[in-house]
Amino acid sequence: MTIDDLYRSMEWGSAPESAALAEAWLDARGRRLLPFVNGTFQEPVDGVVFETHNPATGAVLGHVAQCSAADVDAAVAGARAAQPGWLALGGHGRARHLYAIARHIQKQARLLAVLETLDNGKPVRESRDIDVPLLARHFYHHAGWAQLMETELPNAEPLGVVGQVIPWNFPLLMLAWKIAPALAMGNTVVLKPAELTSITAVAFAELCAAAGLPAGVVNIITGDGRTGGALVKHPDVDKIAFTGSTAVGRSIREATAGSGKKLSLELGGKSPFVVFEDADLDGAIEGVVDAIWFNQGEVCCAGSRLLVQEGVAERFHDGLRRRMETLRVGDPLDKGTDIGAIVSQEQRAAIEALVQRGVEDGAQLWQPQAAVPTEGCFLPPTLLTGVEPAATVAQEEIFGPVLVSMTFRTPAEAVALANNTRFGLAASIWTQDLDRALDVAARVKAGTVWINCTNQFDAAAGFGGYRESGFGREGGREGLREYVRPTWHAMRGASAEASATPTPAAAAPALPTIDRTAKLYIGGSQARPDGGYQRPVFGPGGERIGEVGDGNRKDIRNAVAAARKAQPAWGAASAHLRAQVLYYVAENLGARAADFAALLSRMTGASADAATAEVDASLDRLFHWAAWADKHDGRVHATGARQFTFAVHEPIGTLGIVCPPKAPLLALLSTTAAAVAMGNAVIAVPSADHPFAATELYQVLDTSDVPGGILNLVTGDPGVLGETLASHDDVDALWHFGSAEHAATAERLSAGNLKRTWSDHGHPRDWADPTQGADPAFLDEAVQVKNIWTPYGA
Amino acid sequence: MSRSDIQSQLDDARAGPPTPSRNPGMPLDLDWVASVCINRSATERRAASLPRRRPIKRAHQAAWQLKAVSCIDLTTLAGDDTPGRVRRLCAKAKQPVRQEVLELLGAGPLGLSVAAVCVYHAYVAEAVEALAGSPVKVCAVSTGFPAGLSPFPQRLAEIGASCAAGAGEIDIVITRAHVLRQDWRALHDEIRAFRDACGPVHMKAILATGELGSLRAVGQASLVAMMAGADFIKTSTGKEKENATLPVGLVMARAIRAYRERTGVEVGFKPAGGIATARQAVEWLAMLKEELGNRWLHRDRFRFGASSLLGDLERQLEHHATGRYAAAFRQPLA
Repeated sequence: MTIDDLYRSMEWGSAPESAALAEAWLDARGRRLLPFVNGTFQEPVDGVVFETHNPATGAVLGHVAQCSAADVDAAVAGARAAQPGWLALGGHGRARHLYAIARHIQKQARLLAVLETLDNGKPVRESRDIDVPLLARHFYHHAGWAQLMETELPNAEPLGVVGQVIPWNFPLLMLAWKIAPALAMGNTVVLKPAELTSITAVAFAELCAAAGLPAGVVNIITGDGRTGGALVKHPDVDKIAFTGSTAVGRSIREATAGSGKKLSLELGGKSPFVVFEDADLDGAIEGVVDAIWFNQGEVCCAGSRLLVQEGVAERFHDGLRRRMETLRVGDPLDKGTDIGAIVSQEQRAAIEALVQRGVEDGAQLWQPQAAVPTEGCFLPPTLLTGVEPAATVAQEEIFGPVLVSMTFRTPAEAVALANNTRFGLAASIWTQDLDRALDVAARVKAGTVWINCTNQFDAAAGFGGYRESGFGREGGREGLREYVRPTWHAMRGASAEASATPTPAAAAPALPTIDRTAKLYIGGSQARPDGGYQRPVFGPGGERIGEVGDGNRKDIRNAVAAARKAQPAWGAASAHLRAQVLYYVAENLGARAADFAALLSRMTGASADAATAEVDASLDRLFHWAAWADKHDGRVHATGARQFTFAVHEPIGTLGIVCPPKAPLLALLSTTAAAVAMGNAVIAVPSADHPFAATELYQVLDTSDVPGGILNLVTGDPGVLGETLASHDDVDALWHFGSAEHAATAERLSAGNLKRTWSDHGHPRDWADPTQGADPAFLDEAVQVKNIWTPYGA
Repeated sequence: MSRSDIQSQLDDARAGPPTPSRNPGMPLDLDWVASVCINRSATERRAASLPRRRPIKRAHQAAWQLKAVSCIDLTTLAGDDTPGRVRRLCAKAKQPVRQEVLELLGAGPLGLSVAAVCVYHAYVAEAVEALAGSPVKVCAVSTGFPAGLSPFPQRLAEIGASCAAGAGEIDIVITRAHVLRQDWRALHDEIRAFRDACGPVHMKAILATGELGSLRAVGQASLVAMMAGADFIKTSTGKEKENATLPVGLVMARAIRAYRERTGVEVGFKPAGGIATARQAVEWLAMLKEELGNRWLHRDRFRFGASSLLGDLERQLEHHATGRYAAAFRQPLA
């Protein structure tokens, strides 16, 4: 082409990034990517390796070790051995190391970006401008948290060894999200990258070694799902952090149930991208490009469901089609490429199959005519319009460059459609009306809400899901919680406190029985148990002192329905009002303090002084959570210039609580009042041994303006009722303070809807000790953090 | 819009240079003006990412830089302008890049010149004479440039005088108060009157975007100017505190696209002020290509209002031609 031709055609031309240094880097390692275990790169024990490919060309980039259980053992042992020394460095010492890692990342930025693009297929512009800068940013930010840990989290300590499993879509960025907070908080890690994209994790390991990180602090093991499974099930791992598919997340939830391992899951999404008629439509079209054609759409929080207001839908779709024509699909190493290669042929086939399914279900397909390379693994940007909410493509995560579009009429309908999904990872809202934007942001069920922007990330803001998008947050102060535990945990006894049912005494009771037939408390009124059965209640000497309703599955069902109905208004009520109700409960309980003390003595055999102390402590606890109702504030994160990122504490919704057998009044109120104070509706299973503390409370609740359905009490077998709560898809979270065995079962069953669980795994908690009974963790466990990104500018 | 509609637009966009045409304008549509929604942050994100998404390298870069030269309105609007200064500028306009550099690039046959020379009315006649026989047009800033606050009849008379002196293009300035007070009727009437005074001479409407207060106002003023018949819309006089920025350019380019979609008329665009480097110039062209298509990569649809830009383009082109970095003193002065 002569300059004259170019002058006339004004085509873009190519702008290739050289892969020479990255290829040389691979050559220098014999194209063999070895696991990094306890500070050295080691051949896998079994000697098994597999090929890793460049999806843009199909070329073999090198061979990656298929680590076995023995390799995992060695890595975990290395991490375990290194952890005390890593912790002993102190916050400042760890901060120096994390800072050194961040500096090394910046020095190797271009090599890392090119390796990432070779291995994953993403455009080098993205790996260069987004992935790698965010990688460095994450380590800088968490160097800060390491520095500040002792002052900002004075009662926290590391968990120990953390096992981390990450996906192939953002190999380096996900690695950063996992490793940086874990190390900052004094943990050591064993991380397994996805088998499709292991190269940069190995490069990162080299960089850690070069930066002088002590051996064993970071271990990288490679391999497929079997390796990940071995890590997840490893008995000496204290926590599992996983990012990936909902299906695998569910299996990890089941595999770790009852193990006592802390767990955070960041799973799939089908995030709505809502465009109102008063949006900057051209801006929103670019937003769609950033939402679904960023990283080939292989993004868990991709704005993959376009919801556009009917009046502007045609105009918006037209603009979108025009814009799609100018997207450039092709060589990921070309700096002018918008959409690179799909990570694998399998993934491409899966995407194509879903698109086909969408068309069969009646959607209209649009793809631009611009050329897509026939060699390598590429797909054109795709728009499916006329998609109904019932269609598979409207419900299932496609994880590719495919946008499905629906229309709505009103803001309320937009919210209903946005929330009509099992997922709740992110949402994007486009309107110039701030009232409308914030209203929808508050009502959409998602961990991250972007107003007039999308796919914005920063280490200072938490990221994580609602619903089946998982639980736990990564980034920001809220993300640190996933890697620490309260220091008092170390003091607690190892023995599980089982809810042993006392054997009925053969001897006739000395005292006359309390002739009361306590019912259940559901939806603000007393209800007979569905099964019509009663459970005997025994006194301290084993004598029968009365009966309570024996709640069953249907009672739980009814209680959950009542809670679901009541929660929205309670959650939306002012925190001041919630506090007033709890204070009023305390006031009315105080008026009957002597009755309750006598009741506790009779049930538990506690001395009069001890029983009075429990009632007093209960009143204190009610005041405590009432006091917190309007003080557990969110934050405004410092994510960037000219934007507010509000981290809002939202109630989780419906919360099941299995109470411990001991401290029947104090534990019941310590747990339920915290949950209620934060705006949740509770279904509690009171102590099975001493249930009268709960049943006697009905009258107190009735006289204290507690709205019906906010606090439901279902007495009965905590095993059965806990299982029902755990397997109920409309229960959003479960706290289990019962036996280790029951808690394990509940955790396993919670995998169904991936509800958040919180358990002491049978460890007894000293409810009278405010450190434990009024643990700040109650507040954090009672809320989910929603980060609302709000850029501004006239 | 059907696929064939889009395709025909794209085919149009890939076709050669458009034939110059006038914008007849249309009645003021206040509903349309009121419906304009611009989000500043989203606009800025697009403006920031676009140059990074669209790198232009090597021979393509040289071709784009040559294109940028051809779209320049080479400007002198200083109080110390003299006939001699204007003649020197005109000479540079006719031969903006040294012939030996063009030959080395293989661009000799292009017959490269800038698009126009832009001067005050006082030097129109001088420029017309100096540029006689060349493709370079003479453009006069007018209507009480830069503030546009001289008596209205005088502003109309100024247009008439410049046209009579042989100006081929008139750059008018709008009354910013009409925008700031959202008095779209007054703005429309004013620009329409200027357009009528221009007669057959092409008119560019300078919006002085740095003084309009918001991007939404820029978008609205752009629409009203086009409705009033502006053949080009232009960002700045060069005298405001904020000159042509890519976000402002994006808003105006999108307004031009919306106007074309509604009316079929293709209005031109002229960013002016603050564009001083070859790199910036190529970024602007990339933005135009991406948002409006190739039809706007031609001086019939696009101009740079600039004085020092040419020098940097010339140096970069010399580097392309010789492989050596150039020195400013080796380029003939404008």
